[in-house]
Order: sequence, then structure tokens, then C-alpha cells
Amino acid sequence: MIPLSWYLILAAGLFCLGLYGVLARKNAVAILMGIELMLNAVNINLVAFWRYQHPLELAGQVFAIIVFAVSAAEVAVGLALVISLYRRRRSVVAENMDLLRW
Amino acid sequence: MGILDPISLIADWLEGLFMGWGWPAGLVNLVMTFLGVFLVANFGMLYVIFLIWLERKLAARMQDRIGPNRVGPYGLFQTIADILKLFTKEDTTPDGADKVIFNLAPILAVVSVLMIWAVVPFAEGWIGTDLNVGVLYIVAVGSFGIVATLIAGWSSNNKFALLGAFRTVAQLVSYEVPMVLSLLVPVLLARNMGLGSIVEAQSSWYSIFFFMAPIAALIFFISSIAEVGRTPFDLLEAESEIVAGFHIEYSGAKFAMIFAAEFLHAFTISVLTITLFFGGWQGWGDQFPLVGWAWFMTKAMLAYFTVAWVRTTLPRIRIDHMLDYNWKFLTPLALAVLVVTALLDRLIIDGFGTDNTPWRPAILFAANLLIGWVTVVLLRRRAAQRPPRQVVGAPRPVARPPQPEAEPEAAGD
Amino acid sequence: MTPIQVLFILTSLSLLVSAFMVVTTRNLVRAALWLISSLFMVAVVFVLLDAGFLAVVQVVVYIGAIAILFIFAVMLTRKVMQDTGPQSNSQWWVAGLFSLLLFGGLSWIILGWGGAAQTVPRVTAGDLDNISDLGRALVDPAGYVVPFEVASVLLLAALIGAIVVAWDRN
Repeated sequence: MIPLSWYLILAAGLFCLGLYGVLARKNAVAILMGIELMLNAVNINLVAFWRYQHPLELAGQVFAIIVFAVSAAEVAVGLALVISLYRRRRSVVAENMDLLRW
Repeated sequence: MGILDPISLIADWLEGLFMGWGWPAGLVNLVMTFLGVFLVANFGMLYVIFLIWLERKLAARMQDRIGPNRVGPYGLFQTIADILKLFTKEDTTPDGADKVIFNLAPILAVVSVLMIWAVVPFAEGWIGTDLNVGVLYIVAVGSFGIVATLIAGWSSNNKFALLGAFRTVAQLVSYEVPMVLSLLVPVLLARNMGLGSIVEAQSSWYSIFFFMAPIAALIFFISSIAEVGRTPFDLLEAESEIVAGFHIEYSGAKFAMIFAAEFLHAFTISVLTITLFFGGWQGWGDQFPLVGWAWFMTKAMLAYFTVAWVRTTLPRIRIDHMLDYNWKFLTPLALAVLVVTALLDRLIIDGFGTDNTPWRPAILFAANLLIGWVTVVLLRRRAAQRPPRQVVGAPRPVARPPQPEAEPEAAGD
Repeated sequence: MTPIQVLFILTSLSLLVSAFMVVTTRNLVRAALWLISSLFMVAVVFVLLDAGFLAVVQVVVYIGAIAILFIFAVMLTRKVMQDTGPQSNSQWWVAGLFSLLLFGGLSWIILGWGGAAQTVPRVTAGDLDNISDLGRALVDPAGYVVPFEVASVLLLAALIGAIVVAWDRN
């Protein structure tokens, strides 16, 4: 009824929206939100392939759970960095972090 | 016999009625599902009316006064009067508030509590949906309430509301940790995350999970009271401290929804406590669903009485004490109970071959007593290490009445 | 159009619209709320894929923890309550073009792949969502215990790292 391609195209669309968020937004927190969207797209992809190709094995679900853990860790550290930057430079705009620029 | 299962009776009759009208089977299913949802949601919201009156009467009697007794016999209609008053109040929105979010927050608060009722087993066969991840679903839905609190505080455009919202969310997120850890203990003992299976695993009076894990039950109860935000953990909406916390700017119907959500949440956690630890709807004669429902309501009202009792009796805890209590006491204790229970359960199964022996509650109860005793010893030792409070011995300046001055010698003589 | 197809189309439309609002709206708190909506729609997609446990874990981890972290970060890193100025880069059109190209390329590859048209294989429902099997696989030495433990160490490192990085040294 629902072919696999629908899920894959949905995941591709979500990934591209997240990519646009990462590339086109000024605020560092908004960039992190784009990264979250990309990770969710990857998760949808994983679970769709699990369901359609090997529903009786567990590797797909375990992979998705590990991706949950990794994204949680990455958001925690990323937001801690953003808050620490805000304390120093009073700004979270990504373009203003230019101390190392040549 | 049929009357003792009224839900099935009515459901069958309605289904026959709809089929008789020639509706397709899918539509009949959809309508029956909606009716079920309607019933469960409205049961919660209507019961809150009774609960608010009950709480006020209980608090009053414990404080040696009478409580509401004017509106209706014994003041039964007081809550309805309050609801009418709240709904006819002016519905203000603060200047500069984000209107969409401001209106969304109370709805989200009520929805997050009502969604828990979908997985609660009222009696045998009376359950909204027996999810096999019911316990995790409850944790997930609780997080909606946290989001509701945060956006309520933010959208009020009020620094006190924002501050109150931050502190409330810090408390809620902190107390979620021991709550989830102690929720894992009944899951461990029942080997299943579904609430219906957890209730059915407590089939005899000696195998209710309270006997197997009393410390976990207490930790769950305490952290749930903190999750609801009731005294003694209600620093964040105490009128003497931060006016009303995150719901300062809400008036009228929106405040009524937040208020009702809090009371419903208190009843929900008493229902969850008895479902997870006291056998839910199990009791004598529970093969008839109506009797099971009566047992369920009895146990739930006893637990709610305890929640109201705790509220009326204990004073408020300061925020740093509250966070210390959570992170330095409840979380390590919950971890210890979880690890010990898992280990002992495994050893019991390996040793006795089955998990249906009466030795299981006995050994686990003894282990819990041991953990409790060790905890008390450690706490005493820690309290003894703290320097004792100094009793002030030095005389403090005290106001004295002015001494009558010695009369000056008469000027003349 | 079966009901499942209608449900999928509604869910994916909500998901894509929410994600679009996340990356384009100016008000960052609204962006965080649209992110919560997208994460919830992803959980619905998981339910459609018969991965109920993953759906609930998605709500617990993403909405219950990560989204709240985002809202906190947004609220703590702003000087005023209102938003000022555009929130997009000066090269937003290049990014948009690139994303569209990437989406086009991925869709072309997906539709060109033969296996993409397959429909969901029928499995008896009891075999699918077996949580105890999942739990056993996560701690089985012949299973996935090594990634599980490595993920735990990663979470511990992230926990300590986040506290150290955000420590206020005043």
C-alpha cells in the first residue's frame, strides 16, 4: 500500500530542509535545530529500511536507538558551547564568531 | 451477571444499533473508538469537580475548620460555583505576549494529563488501549506538561513568570529521574511494560509490588508529588514566594484549565501508584469488571487521601533543599533499589526455578528493609558529622522599658 | 486511497510544513515549538512503520529532553523578549538552491532504484514489536552490547563535557 519510496522521499525532504536550516540561518541555536532535523531524517530512513527489508531482525531498531543517544549527546554539548559563547561574546550569531578567521 | 459489565453491555448494544442502521463496519469502529475516548476524557474532567471539593473539605478538617459548607449540602456545589466564577472572569492577555503560545499552554497542560488516562486499566478489560510500552508512554506524555509550563511562563511577557517557569521546569526535569528509575522496578518485576500486564502480575495479595519494592513505591510516590507540583514541593506557585509562578498572567477560563489539570494530575498519580504497586483493580470478586472498578476507585481514593494529607501537613521545601533531596538522596537510592532488585530477582529465578514462589516477595522485602536500614544509618552518620547548631548563649539586646529617672532635686528648695 | 495512505500523506505534509517553519521563522521560540511539532510527527511516522517502542522513545528523548534544552537555550541567549532583524544569512539563496538540488538528486536516485517500489512485507504483529528481544539484543555479547556500551560512554562524556563547558566561572 505504501511503497518504500514514499518514506525515503519524505526522509530526503526532511534532510534537505534541515540542511537549508544549517546553511542559511544566522543564530547558532537555529543551526543546531537544523542538525536535529537531519538526524531525524536519518532515523526515518533507518526505520523504513528495517521495516521493509529485514523486519524480523533487530539491527535496524538498535541502530536507531544508538542514533537517539548520539544526537542527545551532541545537542547537550552543542548547546553548552552556545551558552558559553554567549557569555563571552554576548552574541549567538554564527558570523560573529570570527576570532580565528584569516 | 451482565449488569456487572456495563461497558460491554452498552458497547454491544450500540454496535448492534449502528449495524442495524446500515453503517459500514469501519465507520462503526471509528464511532465506538471516539465514544470510548469521550468517556475516558470526560470521566477525568468531571471527577475533578468532586476531587476539588473533597480536597478542600479534607484540608479544612485537618486544620480544625469546616471548609465550604454554604453552597449546596455540605458545600458540594462549591466547585461548580468556582467554575462559574472563573469562566465569567475577564479573559486578559498581557500586552506584548505571544498570543498563540499564550493560548496554547493551558490546552497543552490539560491534554498532557488526559492522555495518561488512555493507558490506565480501570478493571479487567476496561482499558483505553493496552499499549505494550504503557509505562514509557506515561513518561513521554509527562514531558508535554513540562513544555506547557515552559511556554506558559515565556509567553506571559513577565519576568516573574519566566523565572517561575524556569524553576518549575528545573524541578520537573530533576524529579523525573527518580520517578523513571522507580517506575522501572515494577516493569522489572512484571517483565512487561504494559500497565494491564503489570496489574495482572500482582494477582495475589502477597504478590503486590508494594511488598516486593516498598522503597521504590515510596520514591515513585514522592517524586510524582514533586512532578505535580503539590506541597511540599510547590515553592514555584506559592503565593508568598513568587506570587503565582508561571501562571501569574492567566485569569479566567485559562487559569481554570491549569488548575483543573493540576488536580487531575494529582489524582492521576494516585491512580498510577495503586496500579503499579498496589494491584490496581485486583481484589476480592474482581472477575466482574464492576467490582474491579470499585476496588480501583477505593484504592485510588485512599492514595489521593494520602496525597491531600501530605499536602495539608508538611511545610514547603526550599528550592536548594528540594534539589539536594532529589539528586543526593532519591536518585542514588532509586538506583540502588533498581540494581539490588534486578540482581535478587535474577538469583531467585535461577535458585527457585520459577518466579511464582512466596519466597520472592519475602526475599525482596527483606532486601528493601536492608537498604532502608543502611540508608538510615548513613544519614545518621552524615548528620552527626555536621557541626551542631550553635545555641546563642550571649545575651542579645532586648528592648527594655525606659527606667523612670531619679527625680531631680527640686530646683528651688 | 486506503486510510493508511491518507494518514501517511497528512503526517508527512505536517512534518514537512513544520520543518519548513523551523528553518524559516524569525521568532526563535516559535521555531523551537515548530521543532516540537516536527519531532512529534516523526514519532507518528515511526508508529506507521510498526516501531511503537521507537516512537515512544522518540517522544521521551527528543521532546522531553532535547526540545526543552532548545527552549532553555533560546530563552537564555537573548537580551530582549522580542526578535529583531532577519534570521537568514546573506547566502540563503545559495543554500536554498543547494538543498533543492540535493533533494532532486536524492529523489531521482530513489525513484530509479528498483527496490523502492516494494510494499511492506506482511509480518505477524507479535513478532515485530518484541521489546524483550530488543533488550536482550542490546546486552548480548553476540549482539549489540559493544555499540550500547560505547554509546553509554559517549553519553557520560557529553554529560561531563556539557557541565564543564557551561560552568560559570564567576
